[in-house]
Amino acid sequence: MNIVVLVKQVPDSGSERRLRDDDYTVDRESASNIINEMDEYAIEEALRLREAYGGEVTILTMGPARSVESIRKALSMGPDKAVHVQDDALAGSCALGTSRALAAAIRTLSPDLVLAGAESTDGRVQAMPHMLAERLGFAALTGARKLTVQDGTLTVERQTEEGYEVVTAATPAVVSVWDTINEPRYPNFKGIMEAKKKPVTTLGLAELGLAAGEVGSAGATSTVLAARNRPERQGGTKITDEGAGGTKLVEFLASEKFV
Amino acid sequence: MAEVLVAVEHAGETPKKVTLELLTLARSLGEPSAVVLGGPGDTEKLVDRLGEYGAVRVYAAEHEDLDGYLVAPKATVLAGLVRSINPAAVLLPSTQEGKEIAGRLAVKLDNGLLTDVVDLAADGTATQPVFAGSVIVTAKVTKGLPLVTVRPNSVTPSQAPVAPMVSTVEVELTDADRLVRVVERRAEQKGTRPELTEASVVVAGGRGVGSAENFALVEELADLLGGAVGASRAATDSGYYPHQFQVGQTGKTVSPQLYIALGISGAIQHRAGMQTSRTIVAVNKDAEAPIFELADFGVVGDLFTVVPQVVEEIRKRK
Ligand SMILES: Cc1cc2nc3c(=O)[nH]c(=O)nc-3n(C[C@H](O)[C@H](O)[C@H](O)COP(=O)(O)OP(=O)(O)OC[C@H]3O[C@@H](n4cnc5c(N)ncnc54)[C@H](O)[C@@H]3O)c2cc1C
Ligand SMILES: Cc1cc2nc3c(=O)[nH]c(=O)nc-3n(C[C@H](O)[C@H](O)[C@H](O)COP(=O)(O)OP(=O)(O)OC[C@H]3O[C@@H](n4cnc5c(N)ncnc54)[C@H](O)[C@@H]3O)c2cc1C
Repeated sequence: MNIVVLVKQVPDSGSERRLRDDDYTVDRESASNIINEMDEYAIEEALRLREAYGGEVTILTMGPARSVESIRKALSMGPDKAVHVQDDALAGSCALGTSRALAAAIRTLSPDLVLAGAESTDGRVQAMPHMLAERLGFAALTGARKLTVQDGTLTVERQTEEGYEVVTAATPAVVSVWDTINEPRYPNFKGIMEAKKKPVTTLGLAELGLAAGEVGSAGATSTVLAARNRPERQGGTKITDEGAGGTKLVEFLASEKFV
Repeated sequence: MAEVLVAVEHAGETPKKVTLELLTLARSLGEPSAVVLGGPGDTEKLVDRLGEYGAVRVYAAEHEDLDGYLVAPKATVLAGLVRSINPAAVLLPSTQEGKEIAGRLAVKLDNGLLTDVVDLAADGTATQPVFAGSVIVTAKVTKGLPLVTVRPNSVTPSQAPVAPMVSTVEVELTDADRLVRVVERRAEQKGTRPELTEASVVVAGGRGVGSAENFALVEELADLLGGAVGASRAATDSGYYPHQFQVGQTGKTVSPQLYIALGISGAIQHRAGMQTSRTIVAVNKDAEAPIFELADFGVVGDLFTVVPQVVEEIRKRK
């Protein structure tokens, strides 16, 4: 089974994140950048499937030149190779533009399965798997907490608001995973050394057969008009419990009409 | 007045609260039309309630495949409807399914999409909190009509009763819509508590709660306040509480009137899911816990003595 894993480089949500003042895109220079956490679970799931059924695991990332750090990190977990979609004209892509470029790159790889994170921590649009499936004519099974494969049929258990549901589909398919699905491995020394030699192919718009106007800020289908920092929340009253803490808490709730 | 399409999300026989919020928002933009995407007979049960919140028209798209297959059939039907009536805007709930339908719709119509919107003006300007609510952005769809997903609890639902006109929508699907079949759907018992993202009160427990059994205390307080139960990742990872109740960056984003954090330190990834709550209350035995930086009212103390007292005091007042 040939698997493509979508890996996005994102600014670390544990450090300060900001938008640039000029075009309101993510300030990726100032942020410390990491692999989108959920995507590590997708990589792990792909490696487990390769261990069980053989085949090849390819990392696919769209992002600026520095994304290659995340690509090498991803490769150090064990995938075979990577494709880096990189072109200055891709900067400022909306989700539609991103899905157009990623779909074109996936077509060049003809995978049986595309694995992705359930959502990114920066854009959080949560629609990439379905956008790709729509473009590629693949099945989309999202938010998996369990994935099993048998004779080309995928079965996914997914969390819903009400409980969970079980869904099935044939390959080719896009499956997005939640962080309950597995525990990602840590890269070992051997993996890190090997990752340096694994092939990373860079594809630009020309190789993907896309025009500059279809992606990036030129092709964006939405625009940010303004951005402002939300005033930081201020702490209010803080009391130390000396026997009546609970009662005082209820008095506060009552003063705010909650009880 | 131009039609504004609202995709109805429903649980059993009632529209979810977010649907009523969407209808309320739609009224400020034009004439609300609710679109029911469901199985045979679903519309009939929903129509009265949709009318109470101002749905001038209800489009009934009913077909067993809309329930039996994931997402794609709903997007196909909605796309057909958008093409034929050319509405002023399309609103969906910013839930997982809402975002997924919207994503497919965006591709089908080659139309821009804005997600996690908390307000939409008549000129199409949308307000989106980004980076865990620390930055507020205004944005606009520049290609096509305003296609937005709206976060639960962003609008206060208000009634504006009308008698809706019901139109049946022809459901035409192809094999490409039937790729992912639902073979089993199981509800997990959460009693009569409101849904986490919709609740106006959320009582959440963290590692400090200490065990699955102790979460009964969190539930007790939630039930007294008519609220939902939430949990930090440390609590869900430790198996104290089911994962679907996790609040935070990799869990649910909630924005209730009241959020009570018990034994939660207030890590940035937890704050990401709750810091736009109107009032925040915290109980934590560590006076330096970062949760106190955003709490409107904080008690430094042991939750196992403070919370039982809270429960008792509320009971007394009832
Ligand atoms: C704060 C912010 C808000 C935004 N809001 C919007 C908006 O409202 N509408 C809009 O059209 N665009 C928006 N964008 C742009 C959008 O986030 C990007 O185009 C993005 O690459 C795709 O969306 P996502 O990461 O949110 O996707 P999600 O659907 O959340 O991502 C799911 C998975 O898709 C994969 N994936 C996503 N992007 C890539 C990539 N570049 N390379 C490899 N794999 C990837 C990953 O596996 C990821 O886990 C926003 C961006 C930011 C930073
Ligand atoms: C990429 C990423 C994503 C993440 N996503 C999420 C997310 O979605 N949601 C989330 O919650 N976290 C998330 N986290 C984890 C987050 O960083 C914290 O580890 C987590 O929120 C800690 O949970 P906690 O506050 O319950 O536990 P702790 O940080 O261990 O805090 C427990 C608190 O309980 C207090 N306490 C202990 N006993 C008592 C007592 N008897 N009475 C009163 N107080 C007591 C302690 O003083 C302490 O402050 C994420 C982390 C990463 C890296």
